[in-house]
Amino acid sequence: MLDSVVLRAMPLAVLVALAAGPAGAADGEKVFHEGGADPAALACVTCHGAQAQGLGAAGFPALAGTPAAYLAKQIADFRSGARMNPVMQPIATALSDAEVSAVAASLAAMPGPTVKEAGRADAAVGAGAKLALRGAWDRNVPECVACHGPGGVGVGASFPPLAGQSSEYLSAQLDAWRQGTRKNDPQALMGHIARALSDDEVRAVSEYFAGLGQWRVPQ
Amino acid sequence: MNGKPKLALLAACVATPVLAAGVAMDDQSQLTPKPAATANSTRFQPPREDDLPDNAFGKLVREGHAIFVDTQTHAAEYVGNGMNCTNCHLEQGRKADSAPLWAAYPMYPAYRKKNDKVNSYTERMQGCFQFSMNGKAPPAEGRVINALAAYSYWLATGAPTGKELPGRAYPSIAQPKGGYDIARGKVVYAQNCAICHGENGEGQKAAGHYVFPPLWGKDSFNWGAGMHRINTAAAFIKENMPLGKGGTLSDDDAWHVAAFMNSHERPQDPRLVDGSIDKTRERYHANDGVNLYGVRVDGVLLGQGTN
Ligand code: HEC
Ligand code: HEC
Ligand code: HEC
Ligand code: HEC
Repeated sequence: MLDSVVLRAMPLAVLVALAAGPAGAADGEKVFHEGGADPAALACVTCHGAQAQGLGAAGFPALAGTPAAYLAKQIADFRSGARMNPVMQPIATALSDAEVSAVAASLAAMPGPTVKEAGRADAAVGAGAKLALRGAWDRNVPECVACHGPGGVGVGASFPPLAGQSSEYLSAQLDAWRQGTRKNDPQALMGHIARALSDDEVRAVSEYFAGLGQWRVPQ
Repeated sequence: MNGKPKLALLAACVATPVLAAGVAMDDQSQLTPKPAATANSTRFQPPREDDLPDNAFGKLVREGHAIFVDTQTHAAEYVGNGMNCTNCHLEQGRKADSAPLWAAYPMYPAYRKKNDKVNSYTERMQGCFQFSMNGKAPPAEGRVINALAAYSYWLATGAPTGKELPGRAYPSIAQPKGGYDIARGKVVYAQNCAICHGENGEGQKAAGHYVFPPLWGKDSFNWGAGMHRINTAAAFIKENMPLGKGGTLSDDDAWHVAAFMNSHERPQDPRLVDGSIDKTRERYHANDGVNLYGVRVDGVLLGQGTN
């Protein structure tokens, strides 16, 4: 069971169709490869990788196969400042609404990583696996997979995939919640969890999920 | 052994129930409702997973754990909906005030007035399969029950037998002064629950399995399950929902949203008497807490089932 894999991109076709609807005007592929009409809307490919698989060491996240609605929400959050980042905020602001919908739909349609199936029944060896599969309920931290899905594949448009991201990116996000530079979680579902973790736990759980995703191209 | 009946109390005037064919434990009436234990009261601590011995017993316990957290995979033949045991018994059956197994196990066998017999722990678990899991009872001496019993027994290591521990069941909360309000519950639901459980209570899947369990409809618990009682659901929701943020809803909102949830159709009560909702209500629901089985809501009779 541990060896079998699931493709996280599969159930997203519907969301893609939804997000692509009103955005017919802009060309998502073009935005991805060449950037938006405004020169400040830099080409995504430069940082997010040729197949949007991310650049692990630099902490640039993978975007391929992630639901369009989630991606579009993040760009809206960079614009509003609910999510702060000096690199991504100016880019988000420079994109037009039509470009956002178009590029989000294109990214969602790109193949995501293959994800090792890791269920709640598996043995939890090590601090990362313990948080992911058992939680830390004495601090109100549920099992990560209870919201992010088995193996961290992501669930629907609100619970992003963790598998397939680098541990650098994952820990940067957990730290952003802890430091208050990311405050965009719906119903404040995620922030209290990040704030309940120790530095060691952030590292361990980030490494755990980073280890579950596999890209065809190096990250 | 506990001599006096500590469970079911709403029994009073029901005629002696006749056990419906194939139902192992027809009495799914609630445990004695009680308020939450005070925060500083000392709680029983179940053993740590790391301390589980690496022998035949440890293996059986691990199997019980696997069945409990992923019933869909590990006891599929006895499950008729999309649920796992841990969906309602949080933290793998460990969480105090979330009907933890360590508080349950030492309380059985127990006499229940409502079906006028001593019920074993096995029968209690078989009842959960038939109602909460809308499935069928695994055999008493089979692998599934043995493993679940071993897991519960191990979690209860060091717990006193027959003594009700603080943290058992879900702490009851008082009904709103003006009664519950389904329309208000609908608003509470949209704001606090739909993001996970879906706009129509249908739950959400990833990789083919429910991650967020369905709250009503064909893949949810059936009309005979304890969670169909609005008072029980309100207590569960107040303590545990939204996930990771238990205790944040007001008592009133927990009741409203529980009523909204339980005013929807779900699979039929397997104890259905003579095919009649009225008779089934009279025998099993009329005196079982607050529930809407066999009641008309907005002109529609509830309790028809989903098939
Ligand atoms: C100069 C490098 C750079 C470029 C170019 C760039 N990004 Fe980013 N992007 C980042 C970084 C760094 C982050 C992580 C920000 C953080 O830590 O919050 C990020 C994060 C994101 C996220 C959030 C992902 C998640 O999982 O939450 C989205 C969505 C995104 N970028 C979309 C785009 C799009 C669309 C483009 C092209 C129009 C683009 N980016 C161009 C560097 C870049
Ligand atoms: C109660 C539900 C819930 C649980 C449990 C949960 N998360 Fe999250 N998490 C969320 C939500 C919702 C978001 C998306 C927030 C947003 O819209 O930006 C998120 C986002 C994240 C992100 C950012 C991903 C990205 O692409 O930027 C990381 C990293 C993360 N969670 C890690 C974890 C870890 C590690 C755990 C377990 C310790 C965990 N989460 C448990 C709800 C949850
Ligand atoms: C839909 C929610 C739900 C599911 C799923 C569920 N249960 Fe329960 N369980 C309950 C409720 C509600 C009670 C009764 C609590 C009360 O009356 O206060 C209960 C009670 C119990 C008890 C007795 C607790 C006590 O203290 O006496 C045991 C044991 C139990 N469940 C085991 C299981 C097992 C094993 C499974 C999986 C096969 C399971 N449950 C699935 C909701 C559920
Ligand atoms: C962040 C996601 C999330 C939110 C928000 C949430 N739930 Fe849940 N809920 C869950 C998960 C996950 C479970 C199963 C717990 C487990 O398996 O560990 C669950 C279990 C339940 C159950 C018992 C299982 C079932 O399907 O009957 C009920 C009832 C319930 N939730 C009701 C609610 C209500 C009412 C709200 C709003 C007040 C709510 N939930 C908000 C994630 C959520």
